[in-house]
Amino acid sequence: MAKITKANSLGEWFDQRLNTTAFTKVMMTEYWIPKDINFLWAMGVVLAVTFKILVISGIFLLMYYKPDVNLAFDSVNYTIMQEVAYGWLFRHMHGVAASVIFLIIYIHMFTGIYYGSYKKGREMIWITGMLLFVTFSAAGFSGYMLPWGQMSYWAASVITNLFAGGSLEAWGLVEWIRGGFTVNDATLTRFFMLHVFLLPLAIIGIIAVHFYTLRIPHVNNQEADDIDFDAEAEKYLSGDKKNAKVIPFWPVFLSKDFAVLGVFFVFYFYLVFFHFNFAIDPVNFDPADSMKTPAHIYPEWYFLWSYETLRGPFFDMMGMKAADIGLIIFGMAQGIFLVFPFLDRDPDVLPAHKRPLFNIWFWLLLLDLIVLSVYGKLPPSGANAYVGFAATAVFLVLWILLPIITKIDAKRRGAL
Amino acid sequence: MSDTNRRSFIGFSFAAVAAVGGAAALVGMKQAWDPLPSVLAGGFTDVELSTLKPGNPITVKWRGKPVFVLKKTEQMDKSDRDLVIGNDRFTIAIGLCTHLGCIPAWKTDVWKCACHGGEFNASGKQTFGPPPKPLDLPSFSLKGTKMVLGETGPEFEKIKNAKA
Repeated sequence: MAKITKANSLGEWFDQRLNTTAFTKVMMTEYWIPKDINFLWAMGVVLAVTFKILVISGIFLLMYYKPDVNLAFDSVNYTIMQEVAYGWLFRHMHGVAASVIFLIIYIHMFTGIYYGSYKKGREMIWITGMLLFVTFSAAGFSGYMLPWGQMSYWAASVITNLFAGGSLEAWGLVEWIRGGFTVNDATLTRFFMLHVFLLPLAIIGIIAVHFYTLRIPHVNNQEADDIDFDAEAEKYLSGDKKNAKVIPFWPVFLSKDFAVLGVFFVFYFYLVFFHFNFAIDPVNFDPADSMKTPAHIYPEWYFLWSYETLRGPFFDMMGMKAADIGLIIFGMAQGIFLVFPFLDRDPDVLPAHKRPLFNIWFWLLLLDLIVLSVYGKLPPSGANAYVGFAATAVFLVLWILLPIITKIDAKRRGAL
Repeated sequence: MSDTNRRSFIGFSFAAVAAVGGAAALVGMKQAWDPLPSVLAGGFTDVELSTLKPGNPITVKWRGKPVFVLKKTEQMDKSDRDLVIGNDRFTIAIGLCTHLGCIPAWKTDVWKCACHGGEFNASGKQTFGPPPKPLDLPSFSLKGTKMVLGETGPEFEKIKNAKA
């Protein structure tokens, strides 16, 4: 039993019951972050805030949205867009945030890859982060279905079709996922449930674990300097803030994050007010029609690179059908990033500019993903098909090379 | 019987009961996602073949997908995939391009896909462009000149095997 005495203030009253002073120290004022970082380290907080925007705007959309094939389209395009006060704003904020959050996720991911913040004790940070990427992808996909426009319907149709496994022809599984022979009312209501309840719940849970995984190995820094956090914290607390290599999370680190957040908000609200169309395809303003396909079906920009690995191999090879090869590479593309820490065979944590071959590998991967994304949007005909095939092949080769080149880097440095 | 054994026995019994209950719950949850009986019952579509005009295909909606039914003219190629009733030959095919699932349109004597230029002849076989295989065959059964899409009859099996 805690020692309860007469409290002299509200803060003290809570402190006696909830230990708030110690809690604030552990979580905020004595949670140490390295000084030697740059604006790229602010992406975590930018993501947390963008997720918050998604939740809040989503709550307001949820109050008028109707998950029914006969009502969904009008509840979005008439009720929310035209009748509800600021309904258009909540929709555009939700749609644009859902798109922009993937840009920040990719920056966050590639910052981690560049600075080697995924290994030697930081594996769980990387793995929980990739689980967040998967759950966010599922949330993006299920949310895209809800306005029940043509793109909603056909994207849902194409993606659920993938579960047939190409030549495996597992149509039973596809029909089970859809709750019918085609995408239908049951599909809409179950994906609605996933989008507004189960996936956000999972995301919040994994975010908590993701934050916790950072506590023991600590945040990495620009030079991958192995900091003695206890010694540096002591320096800071004793008043030698100048020589200490660390700063407290609150108020010092977060104040810098808020500055980056300010810049992000200018960009984000510019898109929300002046450029919301990029996140809302014009084709989706036609109601879903299972008897009429849109001329060109493509996913949102953040899925384009993996979509292109799916259709990159367009001719049969080694006795396998083109579609099956594509599906295998597509499946691999979804999972390969998860095991990144174990494919990197270099025992040292170093930024890419101190790892000659890995540095080249890093920029090639980034370039290849951009090429795949661009060609994922173009129709796969003529020369486009060959560029798509080549970029898919490069993607595959890069992953095969990763363990080899990281080992060579380590050997040359004398670490292996 | 020692105390430890007694405790681990109780522990294992508890785990076994929990596992059975958990597995049963999973089966129930799986079945909650199965297509509903009303959806399954709606999965059959009747098509009367005797009223078709040669060379003019019709599009029937079956399980939310378009199905092409074409009565062939004399000039059109014969194929193993044809459904033969008396002297008439029919092409039965799911009207989704085998490339990326768009719906091809009938142009004089071929189905042409507007999305990526794929073409299928009157037998449903790919003749041009990216489609990797012929149009898919829906399951059906035959009762005189009435075709029931969704059932599985000997005529369907015959064409399916000819396809393979």
